Amino acid sequence: MLNTLSRMIRTGILTETFPPPDTVSPQVEGLQMDLRKILGRALCIRHVDAGSCNGCELEIQALNNPYYNLEGIGIKFVASPRHADLLLVTGPVSANMEEALKRALDAVPDPKLVVAVGDCGACGGVFGSNYASRGAVANVIPVHRTVTGCPPNPAAILEAIRSVLS
Amino acid sequence: MNMTLDLSGQAIQDLWSNLPCIHTKVGALRWHRDAEALQAAGGRLLTLWGADDRDRDGRFRIYAAYLLKEGVAVFEHAMEQGAKPTYPSLAEIFPCALHMERAVHDLFGILSMEPDHRGWLRHGGWPNTVFPLRRDFDGNTQFPIDSKPYEFVQVEGDGVHEIAVGPVHAGTIEPGHFRFSVVGEKVLRLEERLGYSHKGVSKRFEEMSQEEGHRLAARLSGDSAVAFSWAYCAALEAIAQTTCPPRAANLRALALEHERLANHLGDLGALGNDAGFAFGLTQFSRMKEDLLRVNASAFGARYLFDFVQPGGVAVDLPEDAPRLLLDHYLVLEMAVSSLRAIYDNHAGLQDRFRDAGVLEQELAEKLGAIGLAGRASGVSMDLRVDYPYPPYDRLKPKLVTQSTGDVAARVQVRFDEIFESVRLCRMILEDSAPGTIHTEVPFAAPGRLGLGLIEGWRGPVAIALESGPGETIRRCHAHDPSWQNWPLLEHLIPGNIVADFPLINKSFNLSYSGHDG
Repeated sequence: MLNTLSRMIRTGILTETFPPPDTVSPQVEGLQMDLRKILGRALCIRHVDAGSCNGCELEIQALNNPYYNLEGIGIKFVASPRHADLLLVTGPVSANMEEALKRALDAVPDPKLVVAVGDCGACGGVFGSNYASRGAVANVIPVHRTVTGCPPNPAAILEAIRSVLS
Repeated sequence: MNMTLDLSGQAIQDLWSNLPCIHTKVGALRWHRDAEALQAAGGRLLTLWGADDRDRDGRFRIYAAYLLKEGVAVFEHAMEQGAKPTYPSLAEIFPCALHMERAVHDLFGILSMEPDHRGWLRHGGWPNTVFPLRRDFDGNTQFPIDSKPYEFVQVEGDGVHEIAVGPVHAGTIEPGHFRFSVVGEKVLRLEERLGYSHKGVSKRFEEMSQEEGHRLAARLSGDSAVAFSWAYCAALEAIAQTTCPPRAANLRALALEHERLANHLGDLGALGNDAGFAFGLTQFSRMKEDLLRVNASAFGARYLFDFVQPGGVAVDLPEDAPRLLLDHYLVLEMAVSSLRAIYDNHAGLQDRFRDAGVLEQELAEKLGAIGLAGRASGVSMDLRVDYPYPPYDRLKPKLVTQSTGDVAARVQVRFDEIFESVRLCRMILEDSAPGTIHTEVPFAAPGRLGLGLIEGWRGPVAIALESGPGETIRRCHAHDPSWQNWPLLEHLIPGNIVADFPLINKSFNLSYSGHDG
């Protein structure tokens, strides 16, 4: 226990300000204020992997690490689409996931937002569309914002979430 | 290559590969009989794939690659011409062949003589009369979804009920379906249904040039981008009869070990979290992020998707990178050592890790467990150790194994492999002469089959690549070790409680996308 505590103290707080200083967007307080004004509570995100290679998932998971500290801003990932305000969809939509994705979207209460993450989600990426892939997420469900990149870095994903709210 | 197996009377040729590899053509009888002999001699089924050669000689072919002590043996069987091509099933000899044979049927319409013909990759995205990897099928055709309920095996009895999980899971993970039959807390049976992430990559490869195929290979499973793109390049370089420069081989290995480190760090954190120890997740996810940022400085990207390219690598390290990396390894090692002590001495954590999801060595051998999961059950197998392809011939990696086969063993293998990977990275940096990082790769002669094999962090990944005329790819088959290891879960979960499933599943951390293709 002492080791654990001492490690915690030595690690300290690592959370960085968002966005990184070289961009011109408002600071993290701005995002928090927006969330409070629009929702009056935390923004709830449900992630759906519609056929991704798992690269985008790794960067989405990174948003929860101490550097990005997503929950500290007032954004959390929830376990069910029924609890979500926003669907974060990755991958070209595989034919085998088409139905599940549509059902997940149906389960999200109105009003709802959809952000498609990664080159595949935005335009089909290297997989394109074929007998097993529908390509971009927008080919299957309405999309409000896309983030390109293969995979996009966590700050870019966060920026897309911020911009879709405003 | 000398074989312990008696292949007398058969024409044996060397096969283009980065490992010692032979190739032989067999009839239906020997397809099955030789598999039995290979199994008896300690061979493992590595991968199985089909090919449509009706444009050449009117036949479908089935290939099986086996790992033996001496190297790899590829068996090819050309099926009789006819309306319903069939071949003898290997599933009784190598249980892991079952899913592969079902996938071959979905894609080619060639049946193994095995009774389970439920669609594995085909869920209703295309009709059951359409076989996408046949050459006369236009890959861009799309069909409306026609999904029918999947026939899971029903468990009956007093108080038995089913829990259906997925394909959309509760966390930020890939899609798949698990059907548990349970009594109270205890799992009686688990049946997996995968294929949700099937994107038609084999067909997509056939539209790409040999030069650009590595980009798709890197995206078969994003967490194994370096392993897959290296395996692809190894196959291509073998059939094009060229080798990458020593400096490039060193940098590929450095990138591969960084990939192993990043994944092991991520998994160790997630395993702590799944056992209720959020501190572990915080600490390890922080270390993983540090490593990714070091990657961005040294290799130019956090994830090295397009780093390995045919003939070498995309960029050399900047001048200050070796110093930066060596300093980072020191910090990483110290942090991992102190966290390992915390993990090892935490009674609550060890209580969850130990005896959870036990895979005994005997069962692991029988089912064909490979890679990290196999090594945690005492299956001594690592391509880098067993068949050291450059630069591992010089680095001489140490084999890491454990014997208990539980979650704790898979945690310990990850810890040990982190230290071993750091040792290898140091050797590469301290002992690597500058030099060229790229060589031109000519187009491979048409109709050549090559096999690229690389030990990724999860286990051996394989790419079988056949060249077409000019710059084209005739056939490319990719294999992730998850094909072998997914069925293990079905065998070891029964008897455990439902609440331990996420922890046990995470301790394997198998790929959905790499498996589904």
